[in-house]
Amino acid sequence: MKELSLNILDILENSIHAGATRIHLTLQEYLETKDFLGFRIEDNGKGMDQAMVDSLFDPFTTTSTTKTVGLGLPLLKQEAEMCNGGCELESQPGVGTKVSFWFQHTHIDRPPLGDIVSTVIMMYAIHSGVEFIFTHEVDNNSFEVSTSELKEVFQDVPINNPKILQGLETFLLENKNQLYGGKHYG
Amino acid sequence: MAKINSLDELRKLRDQAKESMTARSGEAKVRIRASMGTVGIAGGAREVLKAIIDELEKRNFHEVEIIEGGSMGLDKEEPVIVVERDGFQTTYGKVQPEMARQIVAQHVINGQIISEWVIARNKQ
Ligand SMILES: Nc1ncnc2c1ncn2[C@@H]1O[C@H](COP(=O)(O)OP(=O)(O)O)[C@@H](O)[C@H]1O
Ligand SMILES: [Mg+2]
Repeated sequence: MKELSLNILDILENSIHAGATRIHLTLQEYLETKDFLGFRIEDNGKGMDQAMVDSLFDPFTTTSTTKTVGLGLPLLKQEAEMCNGGCELESQPGVGTKVSFWFQHTHIDRPPLGDIVSTVIMMYAIHSGVEFIFTHEVDNNSFEVSTSELKEVFQDVPINNPKILQGLETFLLENKNQLYGGKHYG
Repeated sequence: MAKINSLDELRKLRDQAKESMTARSGEAKVRIRASMGTVGIAGGAREVLKAIIDELEKRNFHEVEIIEGGSMGLDKEEPVIVVERDGFQTTYGKVQPEMARQIVAQHVINGQIISEWVIARNKQ
């Protein structure tokens, strides 16, 4: 993937396929206090047993029936480690899964974060039934928005209505710019 | 930590969307399936879906439901989108954002299939 925001979308889709009804994405970008870019995805999907977790970073593991190789997670782990970062995965069958990846923010080989707003929009567009919580921290500022609070505002207008989605994109972009406070985080 | 989150503008947005919904009811009901598997995402599925949303909004067309199609076992055709309209399921392969816009304008809204991009077609 050419952007971390696409890897994030791919991992969010794993949660969806695991039947999650609640997914929390936390994105952390720290340049002032430390040199860190990380994200964490927690879901209440069906989870994995220890054997599955252990084999997950073996590039030949997948439960997908349409192909035989799952490459998303092992490749990203390699990239994180190359950037003085790492990856952690905790899972419990019947409870859920928590995956985190982190990178040295300023590492020359770190892939760009890319268009995180579009990744969030995908959740509203095609997984509007899922309670999705997005937390974005940039140094000392943070932004958080959840599907349920948005639905409360939109009432009988579906969150995946094209006009609503376009407006949400503007809303998310404005909040992101405010978080960055004019600085460039990449 | 300073929390930034203003929902006021979104309330206005809701009222605008509501208004155009009631103004335009009675359109053909169309369903679009977009696949968001690893291969599709790497091939631009997110940008394709964003182009679809943008085109639907520009053309003020709301009687459409976008759902995830799952990986359709068509990895080499990704990004794939399926249009369900007039009793047919039409699958388009190797879709790029500009193609997606045309599919919305011609097929989703006006019911005209763009045959050269179709990779499968089934009665529903
Ligand atoms: N959040 C999750 N909850 C439950 N199982 C998961 C989760 N993420 C990944 N898995 C399991 O790990 C496997 C490998 O994931 P991945 O590397 O993304 O490949 P793929 O999604 O293509 O199968 C999945 O097929 C699934 O069985
Ligand atoms: Mg996956």
